[in-house]
Amino acid sequence: MNPHQWLELAVYVAALVLVTKPLGLWINRVLDPGGRTWLDPVMRPLEKLTYRVLRVDPAREHDWKQYTFAMLAFSLVSCLFTYAILRLQFYLPLNPQKLGALAPHLAFNTAVSFTTNTNWQSYGGEATMSYFSQMAGLAIHNFFSAAVGIAIAGALVRGVARQTAETIGNFWVDITRIMFLLLLPICVVLAVFLVSQGMIQNFKPYTVARLIEPQTISVQKTDENGKPVTDAKGNPVMVNQTLATQTIVQGPMASQIAIKMLGTNGGGYTNANAAHPFENPTPLSNFVQMLALLCIGSALTCHLGRETKNQKHGWAVWTAMFTMFLAGVMVCWWAEARGNPIHQKLGVAIADGNMEGKEARFGIFDSALFATVTTDASCGAVNSMHDSFTPLGGLVPLFNIQTGEVIFGGVGAGLYGMLIFVILAVFIAGLMVGRTPEYLGKKIEAYDVKMVMLAFVILAFLILGFTAWACASDWGKAGLNNAGPHGLSEILYAYTSGAGNNGSAFAGLNANTPWYDTTLGIDMLLGRFGMIVPLLALAGSLSRKKIVPASVGTFPVSGVTFVVLLVGTVVLVGALTFLPALAIGPIVEHFLMLQGHVF
Amino acid sequence: MKNIFAEFGRSFMATLFFAVILCGLYPLLVFGLAHLLFPRQANGSLLVDGSGTVRGSALIAQDFTAPGYFHPRPSAAGAYGYDAANSGGSNLGPTSQALAAQIAQRLAAYRAENGLPANAVVPADAVTASGSGLDPDISPQNAALQAPRVAKARGLPEQQVRELVRQNTRRRQWGIFGEPRVNVMTLNFALDELARHFALDPPPQK
Repeated sequence: MNPHQWLELAVYVAALVLVTKPLGLWINRVLDPGGRTWLDPVMRPLEKLTYRVLRVDPAREHDWKQYTFAMLAFSLVSCLFTYAILRLQFYLPLNPQKLGALAPHLAFNTAVSFTTNTNWQSYGGEATMSYFSQMAGLAIHNFFSAAVGIAIAGALVRGVARQTAETIGNFWVDITRIMFLLLLPICVVLAVFLVSQGMIQNFKPYTVARLIEPQTISVQKTDENGKPVTDAKGNPVMVNQTLATQTIVQGPMASQIAIKMLGTNGGGYTNANAAHPFENPTPLSNFVQMLALLCIGSALTCHLGRETKNQKHGWAVWTAMFTMFLAGVMVCWWAEARGNPIHQKLGVAIADGNMEGKEARFGIFDSALFATVTTDASCGAVNSMHDSFTPLGGLVPLFNIQTGEVIFGGVGAGLYGMLIFVILAVFIAGLMVGRTPEYLGKKIEAYDVKMVMLAFVILAFLILGFTAWACASDWGKAGLNNAGPHGLSEILYAYTSGAGNNGSAFAGLNANTPWYDTTLGIDMLLGRFGMIVPLLALAGSLSRKKIVPASVGTFPVSGVTFVVLLVGTVVLVGALTFLPALAIGPIVEHFLMLQGHVF
Repeated sequence: MKNIFAEFGRSFMATLFFAVILCGLYPLLVFGLAHLLFPRQANGSLLVDGSGTVRGSALIAQDFTAPGYFHPRPSAAGAYGYDAANSGGSNLGPTSQALAAQIAQRLAAYRAENGLPANAVVPADAVTASGSGLDPDISPQNAALQAPRVAKARGLPEQQVRELVRQNTRRRQWGIFGEPRVNVMTLNFALDELARHFALDPPPQK
């Protein structure tokens, strides 16, 4: 934890604060169908063309049920579109490596994963996906799912801000404006910047390079039919072979990575994700990617304040998020910098920390910060392998997801997730003082609290239920890469990541099996839509209510008391639900590591 | 009912229409700008030798085992390591016996190669697999420990090798971001280029 790293943390925080307000005001205009921006001369005609092609009347708004239906229909159709592309990959263009079709379970898992903004990957990108699949099958959902998330957050904020209104906006107008006025322009600039740092963007076949120093490798001998040869005892017969070339991945990476980060999708172009030197070439590209990842989630709190005419409330929500972010970074950074005593006893330099699964250009701090940021937001891109983190270092990303992805959170998803906690917090405060709880002048009634609780229960049920099932089944244990408590952590992390729509992994788990692909697919689907539907119902209910003027007895939704209460609610709900599981996973592993136990 | 069909039809049209713009025009626009402004990077920062053969990428590690080359970090990418079409880490956890055994073995090999005492403390990056398995960088401490071996194997003065290491060292970007590091790929490439120049154009005899 040296001064350079403290400085970098300060620069990151400063950049995040600086970008929040201008971007928030921009989003405010994007989410207003009549809002004007300086991009109008270019984008206005495109927007109008879209409405004509889709036969949408931008002046007509939806009630919450119509809005929900449009969102579900769009998600279903685009999910099937991707499923079809992945199954037909071999027959589609832009496939220079002649990669075959995906198995049905993997195609289902992947299509669901990208539709739900999870981007869990049971496959290695460069060995599985053609350029066409990457661009049209996967990157398309990086835009779609991000736009859907922001649209829903926008609809919920409208529900809070309006009174006695039946409608909460037009779904098609919202996603069109978000894609063309917010995501696309930033992505073009971001992608070109990433190329300047060394990221690739081309359509040529993978490059075959002649190794600078050819290597001799030992491989199993095969007979003339290509079958592996074994000796009389059944042991493989090994022969030496010269390895003279290296095949280097190519493709349209930058355009996909820009939206992968900005839309908090996180699905890697390559298997190593943002640890891959092409996918994250320099510390600066790493910094900018981390900023792109949190900026929209952060800016949406400003939009909330603006829309509800209570900017202090927006900043209070921001402060609560920031507090939890900072706590996570500190713990993760400290744990990774301290390193692994088992390895240090063997002679690994103590000052270097835990470098297994980390890249030299990022080191301990950039890896810990990235791990925290990517799990605060529901991004799930990784620039180091979380599976190889120290137990407490790995606990932070795991718990971040288990809070419900509300620490800035995924684009849109973070804000609407946090608003659920806000309503729960004012409800608890109301109970404590014995008054009808209200939020920004809206009375919170039984129906609203039921919808909020439904969203919580679904998350806990999915994570703990599926983890327990997998732990008790042969198919679950068959996928493990590590034994002991770390094995439990691998399974717990997988279903947490799926239900939380994060997508990062303790990636040693071999999840590309029919059982894992299917259960994780269901986990992701219910984790996304099981939360969104009650939430839109809540938006509909709130929009119909009258706003009662604040009185002296009103619990203020800004200021220190509110922030403490909100953080307390988030941490308490997470801890009450998941502490038992965490205790027998990463926490017990931490003590075993200090004892020098290995499995 | 009619509304339901209309909404599905609209979803279908929207998927296709947005696909043309976001999956067709947008990547092409980035492709055009990238090749106009940064063609070398957009094509993978390839290292091409004097004969025009591609020898690798400045960003992607290859394996080096001869004493005359700097050795990169261990790799878990693909079956034999350093597979640039199959990136990834070991994903072994902190209490993994397999990982502890690997590290012990790498420590012994590293100390033997570089003539270090049997209990010498070794930089962590030299004995741990990177996240991608393709990490082209090593720490400056790691490079400093390898420099004498490389100089000896190549018959070069150690000072000259250290100078090449310095030229291939990158500081923290803008003085703030990341960690200082030495690029093994460009460094080894430069060592070979140096040898080739000497072969073609030997230094003048006194």
